[in-house]
Amino acid sequence: MAYSKIVMDHFENPRNVGKIMDADGIGEVGNAVCGDIMKIYLKIEDDTISDVKFNTFGCGAAIAASSMTTELIKGKTVDQALQLTNKAVMEALDGLPPVKHHCSVLAEEAVKAAIDDYYKKHNNKEVCGASTCATGK
Amino acid sequence: MKVYADNAATTVVSKEVVNAMLPCFTKIYGNPSSVHTIGQEAAIELENARSTIGKWLNAEPREIFFTSGGTEADNWAIQNAAAIGAKKNKRHIISSRFEHHAVLHTLNKLEKQGFEIQLLEVYNDGLVRPEDLQSALREDTALVTIMYANNEIGTVQPISQLGKICRDHGVIFHTDAVQAVGHVPIDVKEEFIDLLSLSAHKFHGPKGVGALYCRKGLPLNVFIEGGAQERGKRGGTENIPSIVGMAVALEQISRNMERNSDKVFALHNTLIEALSAIPRSRLNGSREKRLPGIVNFCFEGIEGEAMLLMLDALGICASSGSACTSGSLDPSHVLLALGLPHEIAHGSLRMSFSEYNNKEEVDYIIEKLPPIIQRLRSMSPVWEKIERGE
Ligand SMILES: Cc1ncc(COP(=O)(O)O)c(C=O)c1O
Ligand code: FES
Repeated sequence: MAYSKIVMDHFENPRNVGKIMDADGIGEVGNAVCGDIMKIYLKIEDDTISDVKFNTFGCGAAIAASSMTTELIKGKTVDQALQLTNKAVMEALDGLPPVKHHCSVLAEEAVKAAIDDYYKKHNNKEVCGASTCATGK
Repeated sequence: MKVYADNAATTVVSKEVVNAMLPCFTKIYGNPSSVHTIGQEAAIELENARSTIGKWLNAEPREIFFTSGGTEADNWAIQNAAAIGAKKNKRHIISSRFEHHAVLHTLNKLEKQGFEIQLLEVYNDGLVRPEDLQSALREDTALVTIMYANNEIGTVQPISQLGKICRDHGVIFHTDAVQAVGHVPIDVKEEFIDLLSLSAHKFHGPKGVGALYCRKGLPLNVFIEGGAQERGKRGGTENIPSIVGMAVALEQISRNMERNSDKVFALHNTLIEALSAIPRSRLNGSREKRLPGIVNFCFEGIEGEAMLLMLDALGICASSGSACTSGSLDPSHVLLALGLPHEIAHGSLRMSFSEYNNKEEVDYIIEKLPPIIQRLRSMSPVWEKIERGE
């Protein structure tokens, strides 16, 4: 099974590895039993993803897909990030072998889970700070 | 540096083997079934090869049947024993949980045909217990098939004890000895083996050739319909170059078995000691009862394929039992049979050595592997949890 040059580059030099301590949203998907877990941390300012980091337990494709995903959503608005599909991740990686498609699905799901988490926290903030919540958002 | 540490997958073909094979393409190219001189020269080579293979197993030449490799020998042996059993209404087959797929898939097929398959436990040390076999045997047991040595973790089974139990009960005993032949001494008579599979490419012979040993007196059914080759049991013009290559390879490796074994064991012990120092690592399978050269470790918190890719980038060729690659997401059935949880089994690495490897290569692995593990762990959410003690 051969990986594309882009996959190998992202695997060998993964971008945005790490954690964000005061993340606005954290998404963790997959499970160790299946052999893959992806965790994405988002920093969101003015509805824009200002920083993103990841941690992944998984194969080469899972690590490369995580890395590529962080690049694809960095600087994007939350809505744009929600539009990200696993197909787009695969295309950006110049393809993945068929048995590795689920690794890109995981990346898409991790982003969605992190944004979900952000919405939850964000709404909570609004609820807590009710007096300033004039917009009723 | 280039380090080939995947000798359990296949081995380099030795120079002597290549030199012995070449004339079979250009000089001794006859068909052994032909009456003329050129054909008869090939027939002599064929029979010499059969004697050589037999000699190193303590079998007679007429008990050796050439095949296309280990897989075919396994299929043939098992289907043959099943057919003999079925004639006497015996449809119970005993095997182990960590056999090669050549055996397990053949057994699956027989199960669909009405056979009852019972797989013995291999425990956390990767060893079948003779007492388990003893209590599993039944009146209607047609076959016991237990591998000689496991291909993923290298544990060597108590074959002579298992063979003796089968012989005492009059049950056919087959062993897949693909990983063992040429690496440990084998005597089919002393070990009460009725059927044995071997494959040339695991001992510096060519790929696509192997043999089935079938004890004289045990009926052997025709496996491939055709000409009178292999005493009419397996039709098709013989692959003379490969068969000759296999015999030379077995002769060579068997003559040097003790020296090779000392050398490879020394490499393997050095590696095991060094890797055992890595936190949350474990050697898979019994420390003592193993083949020289197969070292299989699990490193918690990481996945095998990522490790392989990083090793490959540094010139180290190894393998992993982690088969997320298969799409099934299941790690190796061998590691699961040892009772390892899925998440740990995913982090496995198999390094397998031969007498062609040396100390410098093992030192290189010992230098390069720990930082790779550290790097992968540093980006692993599973490792993070382990460190936090969750
Ligand atoms: C234990 C065992 N059995 C059977 C086989 C199959 O042998 P072959 O590749 O010659 O078909 C192998 C090797 O791949 C093996 O390790
Ligand atoms: S993590 Fe399962 S194959 Fe990629």
